[in-house]
Amino acid sequence: MSNDTQPAIVLEKVNKWFGQLHVLRDVSLTVGTGEKVVVCGPSGSGKSTLIRCINRLETHQEGRILVDGTELTDDTRALDTIRSEVGMVFQSFNLFPHLTILENCTLAPIWVRKMPKVEADALAMEFLTRVKIPEQALKYPGQLSGGQQQRVAIARALCMRPKIMLFDEPTSALDPEMIKEVLDTMIELAESGMTMVCVTHEMGFARQVADRVLFMDQGEVVESGTPVEMFERPQTDRLKLFLSQILRGH
Amino acid sequence: MSTATTTHISVPGREQPPMLVAGPVAWARANLFNSIGSSLVTLALAYFLLKYAASFIDWAFIKSVWTVPMDPATGKLDPTACRAAKGTGACWAVIWDKYRFILFGRYPFEEQWRAAIVVVLFIGLFVTSAMRRFWRRELALIWVATLTAIFVLMWGGVFGLRYVPQDEWGGLPITLILSTFGLACAFPIAVLVALGRRSTNLPAVKLLCVIYIEVIRGVPLISLLFMASVMFPLFMPEGLNPDKLLRAQVAIILFAAVYLAEVIRGGLQALPKGQYEAADALGLSYWKKMGLIILPQALRLVIPPLVNTFIGFFKDTSLVLIIGIFDLLTSGKVAVADPIWQAFSTEVYIMLGLIYFCFCFSMSRYSRGLEREFSKSVRR
Repeated sequence: MSNDTQPAIVLEKVNKWFGQLHVLRDVSLTVGTGEKVVVCGPSGSGKSTLIRCINRLETHQEGRILVDGTELTDDTRALDTIRSEVGMVFQSFNLFPHLTILENCTLAPIWVRKMPKVEADALAMEFLTRVKIPEQALKYPGQLSGGQQQRVAIARALCMRPKIMLFDEPTSALDPEMIKEVLDTMIELAESGMTMVCVTHEMGFARQVADRVLFMDQGEVVESGTPVEMFERPQTDRLKLFLSQILRGH
Repeated sequence: MSTATTTHISVPGREQPPMLVAGPVAWARANLFNSIGSSLVTLALAYFLLKYAASFIDWAFIKSVWTVPMDPATGKLDPTACRAAKGTGACWAVIWDKYRFILFGRYPFEEQWRAAIVVVLFIGLFVTSAMRRFWRRELALIWVATLTAIFVLMWGGVFGLRYVPQDEWGGLPITLILSTFGLACAFPIAVLVALGRRSTNLPAVKLLCVIYIEVIRGVPLISLLFMASVMFPLFMPEGLNPDKLLRAQVAIILFAAVYLAEVIRGGLQALPKGQYEAADALGLSYWKKMGLIILPQALRLVIPPLVNTFIGFFKDTSLVLIIGIFDLLTSGKVAVADPIWQAFSTEVYIMLGLIYFCFCFSMSRYSRGLEREFSKSVRR
């Protein structure tokens, strides 16, 4: 962790309820610049909610969230600035189907960053090349496979040159043969030094890139540590149970 | 089992499917005569169709009277020939005599070329706007320029054109003005109201939109038109009295906006939540998110009901008849009030119906083309 600068993300005692349901309980977390954190846990454990709170797709009710030193509040202008610094990749890709791959990537640089179109096109092609699909630039999302669409989604987020990347189960909606191409892209991104928070069940990926793994259950962080600590010497029964279940599944 | 391999052997003369698989005979077998019941229905319908089509053709084209002679004593047309053919043949002479009155109403006869140019301008404007290669910023300028030209032509008073007061306007130009302005102004209002009604963090705006929609939708268009023409002037200070056409126009805009807003809201609701979230996550502001991501998709989804509403309102402009505005339908009605032609309203209404049909049918064909074009790019 490079501690000479402020941490990229700070969560302090964050609580959130959906109606009566307490989905985040006193979650505290600090992610340093360049750190890669993998969040895992059974479905309904609050891990997606947690990551969605970081760019305020969900609002928290108690506690504080600071992203890049700025606290998340109802100030929409500040929020749009924070969001443009934080890239997000969704489980269901969420590409814009009415725009071409290239337009998907250049839209935010042109309209949010006010970048000239020629420059934005060049930038988009650079990132599409990095995710290895430059030849699809003029197609529409519907013409691409799931794996290709998810790589475009990663390129689209990277075109904003974000400081932080959030991944919300990026491979869960993919056919098995396409998972690898997306994970490879993410590993490459991790090696480039990007700050990453990633909700995933891909334990191989976690072992390879994560500095820290967080295990969540019923809205709270039950255990956290390095991948080796977590997977080889789990302390709590809940994590042991979870690990045995997902290992059986794989 | 051996692996199935298929070899394509082309037999000479077998490239075409046999007659009974494709072609008109096969189509008729599959769709009209696929069972005893459907064969009976087909035959019965064919019988009625032929019988009535034949008698309509007979009435409209064979036994019909196309022209009638002028009565030298009165200088008016003499409809005796039409009266003789009444019941067996159509009297198209009424159209020949009255078509200019039907199309342009009481607009001064010698100035009607101006109204004719207005109609041509409107149609030109529609055709230009319909073509996708003209969908640029300049199109707004074309609209402003054309509409200005239209009002200059209608009103006159400049460039040596005679001044024609608004209450002398009539016929097709009025119908086109009411519907074009009505829908062009209602559409942006509708978009804002639809967005307002879905707004989550501006409850006051949302409430206002809901009240507007529910109140206007809860009353008939006719009562709004009556209010605009009768009640509204009572509340206006002396001397300040916008003309009747403008008041009716505003009523139509307010009414159409509600229906369009609800159609657009349907499109907004049909979009997956992920599209909103993806736009948010990129840091797009609310208006950019709506303008670049949400509305382009939502509006494409609702082209069929949108065009349905457009067509409905194009025809609903004819309701201004009851407040005495001289639109196409009113001028048709007044035309057949002429004692000479009183007995021949059917012919006039057929003509009016054809005019309305041409406009509505082109709208519906156009929307189908548009849907096809859009579905090419958005394949999920």
